[in-house]
Amino acid sequence: MSQTLTETPERAGNIATVAAPVVPATEERKGLTKKEIAADHPTWCPGCGDFSVLALYFKLIEKRKMWHEKITTVAGIGCSSRFPYFVQAHGVHFIHGRALPFASGISLSRPDLHVFVFGGDGDAFSIGGNHFNHTARKNVKMTYCVMDNWVYGLTKKQTSPTSPLGFKSKTDQWGAVDYPINPMKQAISAGATFVARTTHTNPNHVLAMMEAAMDHDGFSFIECLSECVEFYEGAFDASNPRKGGVFNEVPKSHDVTDEFAAYKLASEPFPGNFGIFYKVNKPTKNAKEAEINASYQSKVTGLKDWQILQKNFDKLR
Amino acid sequence: MSDSIAAMSSPGGAAKVSSINEVVIRIAGNSQDGIQAIGGFLARLAGRSEQEVMTFMTIPATISGGASIFQVRMGSGEVLSSGDEADVLMAFYQHSYDSHLSSLKKGGIVLFDSDHVVPNEEFKKDYHHLGIPISGLTVEAIGGTAKDKGKNILALGLIAKMFDLNIPKLEKLIGERFTGKDPSILNNALAAFHAGYANPLGNVMETFKFVAAQSKGGHQVVMNGNEALGYGLIAAGVRFGAGYPITPWSDIMELLRRELPKYGGTFVQTEDEIAAISMAIGGSYAGRVAVTGSSGPGISLKTEALGWAVMAEMPLVIVDVQRGGPSTGMPTNIEQSDLNIAINGGHGDSPRVVIAPANVEDCFYMAIEAVNIAKKYSVPVIILTDQGIATRIEAFTEPNLEKVCQDISPDFTPVAEHKPYDLSKPDGITTHLPPGTKINSGKYPIVTGLEHDELGHPTGSPKLHMQMTAKRRKKLQALGASLPVPKIYGPPEGNILLVGWGSTEGPIREAVDRARAAGDSVSSIHIKHVNPLPNGLENIFSGFNHVLVVEMNDEGLYGFGQLGQILRARYCDAKIQGINKTDGLTWKVKEILERAKTNVSAGLRKL
Ligand SMILES: Cc1ncc(C[n+]2csc(CCOP(=O)(O)OP(=O)(O)O)c2C)c(N)n1
Ligand code: SF4
Ligand SMILES: [Mg+2]
Repeated sequence: MSQTLTETPERAGNIATVAAPVVPATEERKGLTKKEIAADHPTWCPGCGDFSVLALYFKLIEKRKMWHEKITTVAGIGCSSRFPYFVQAHGVHFIHGRALPFASGISLSRPDLHVFVFGGDGDAFSIGGNHFNHTARKNVKMTYCVMDNWVYGLTKKQTSPTSPLGFKSKTDQWGAVDYPINPMKQAISAGATFVARTTHTNPNHVLAMMEAAMDHDGFSFIECLSECVEFYEGAFDASNPRKGGVFNEVPKSHDVTDEFAAYKLASEPFPGNFGIFYKVNKPTKNAKEAEINASYQSKVTGLKDWQILQKNFDKLR
Repeated sequence: MSDSIAAMSSPGGAAKVSSINEVVIRIAGNSQDGIQAIGGFLARLAGRSEQEVMTFMTIPATISGGASIFQVRMGSGEVLSSGDEADVLMAFYQHSYDSHLSSLKKGGIVLFDSDHVVPNEEFKKDYHHLGIPISGLTVEAIGGTAKDKGKNILALGLIAKMFDLNIPKLEKLIGERFTGKDPSILNNALAAFHAGYANPLGNVMETFKFVAAQSKGGHQVVMNGNEALGYGLIAAGVRFGAGYPITPWSDIMELLRRELPKYGGTFVQTEDEIAAISMAIGGSYAGRVAVTGSSGPGISLKTEALGWAVMAEMPLVIVDVQRGGPSTGMPTNIEQSDLNIAINGGHGDSPRVVIAPANVEDCFYMAIEAVNIAKKYSVPVIILTDQGIATRIEAFTEPNLEKVCQDISPDFTPVAEHKPYDLSKPDGITTHLPPGTKINSGKYPIVTGLEHDELGHPTGSPKLHMQMTAKRRKKLQALGASLPVPKIYGPPEGNILLVGWGSTEGPIREAVDRARAAGDSVSSIHIKHVNPLPNGLENIFSGFNHVLVVEMNDEGLYGFGQLGQILRARYCDAKIQGINKTDGLTWKVKEILERAKTNVSAGLRKL
């Protein structure tokens, strides 16, 4: 839960021997300013949608009074994945497609941190596709924001798994022929417990989704449309009222716990709906592992680690 | 030596008791017969009797059924290998008899289940045949339904009789093995055991008694290499890991998955090996050295993320329980063919540490060493074991766990400022701060696989790339300079020096003993730190005419094997040659000696 970001946990959950970091009590510290959160100047092309996502992440940090040391930003490889360099906080720039397992390693061993992962559509659904499915089904606690631009940006305009049919790229000069992935359907069917859709052209909506995702106890996934002005200009105009498009929020009547209704929403043709499609509370892997640990540790209460190991060795004599 | 048995037993002679120093027993049957259990009991008994013990096991690649053997060598003196030839063969089936009689020493004893085996008359002159209706006796003792489960324990009773083993100790071991289960299971096991022990062994057999072993002081523990490695990691303070199942690595991940929760730790079964190493690196980044591991193809999958850990300078322990390769290869065979991938696997210049335990005890202590090197040098450390050491059971002096166990909890003390990739440090060693650590300067580090500056921010500067590449190399050169030079087994000068690494130490040392006993000038060294190598090997090599690198891998395109090629490259010394093989079996002592002889045309006896 979000409070883990600003409060010192009593005990760091399932890693019994990790003492919680010693930091001053909440009231002694003010929230960070944008200046304090911003690191390197982003290397993105002017006008790239990723700028808005970064700006709204800063807003989130400001608004929710997160501290530097509690922010952990992880990414794979891609234009969007350069994200951690631009945030003044502990950050990881990992390898292409594997940010989720890395982030799971942090999440499962450090319940005092809320881990944020940012990346692109190729990173998430092509090379990292299987990790997406498994991190979602295990419900590892973290927030994953995919900045979907329907193209490979960093490698300069190849077809991505979300490129629509007919998109002319360097690897499909005649137009994309492979059916695209629908990220929302993918997330719902994989078992993600929080699935939302937003677009970089609606800042308030992006922030609202980020906050809701962060507050969700589980694997929270946001597909954020983020235009690549260099290689797929105008891709999302139909969702942008300023470009003559329509921004339809998820209908008020939609039941976010209804998986089939969510799936149906996800089937709407572009521009579709924006908002939370699906949200259910299921025990996280973090909680389940902590439960296993509590039950095994109750059998060895009062013993030092070496004494626990000694019990095994006694049987091996 | 095991000659003793053959010399002392006489077919048809009156029953008598002879004293022996050691014995090699090979038990051959099918995997579901619980052959490993007999071997395990004998190994554990030897450990409790302060005897040396070494086992060798082949597991069939198929899950159930399939021929399986377990060989145990027990002795009152130092036991270095599981033995070339058996003194006693216990054959449960015709196929066991047919395929393993050749592994029996001439004059040795074959004890077979006469309900299943029809012995070959021709062989009766060479081997003492002793047929006992093991299956029938088991049915008599515990009834038909349980017979397949009890046969092995009855056979254990027969062995106990033959070697006058300590019955109360064995009963206790059987009791421990079957505690907690339905009491009738324990009763059946004991009934079967005593039915075997009560067998008069045809009245034709002399029995044997071990001479008393010298007390070593302190307890012995008995386990296989995979167990020792798993427990070593726990002792080292590892509390997080991730893996994907593959033989023979799976045992370690199963152990960690089962044990870590008691310590508040977690081991995660991931969707594949790439996720496993990525998650383990995430765990390390979170503040405490984590572990991943695999065998064969799983190791290949890990190389991209391994390169990231080298570049980002993240501590990590990777266990590689080698098996026959390439590709799916020979999953249950023994091979040392992963040295190249361990040292060089991946793109780019990516120096990392590789260490190789030589025996089961090493698996325990070197797991701790791996964690400490990873932590101190901020580097991935690969522990190379193999199928042989993973499954073989050995006894070793019980570690003082109170002293050995360590706490490697992360330190979150706030710091004034921090540069993870500080170039001003002469030894080039990086230190990372785990997330959660406050840095008062407000400047936070990024860990990255891109070439970077001192704070981890990307750079395209050729100068920085040169400096950082050198930094990653220098820290391992510093480690190399701190490593102990391996001790020479045998005199420091002579004709032949055998050089080994990994699980082959036992047979190599026994080869040295045997050669020296025959008057040949042979010594050996065993390299446990394979990358970086310790300094000073050239001084050892200079004392010998021939340096023969004994490895269980192919001689390669240039004829020197994987370690051989590295030693030749480093020392530019033409006297370094390879003795290599790829038959998937452990080295036999006589095989090493014969190969050494062929290799050194001038003969062994020079100097
Ligand atoms: C193993 C591997 N294969 C290929 C690449 C090259 N590569 C880098 S980013 C990328 C795709 C980027 O597309 P996306 O994930 O959609 O991110 P974007 O740049 O569009 O934000 C590729 C193919 C790589 N870095 N690593
Ligand atoms: S190439 Fe596209 S995605 Fe990459 S920075 Fe430029 S506009 Fe953004
Ligand atoms: Mg993209």
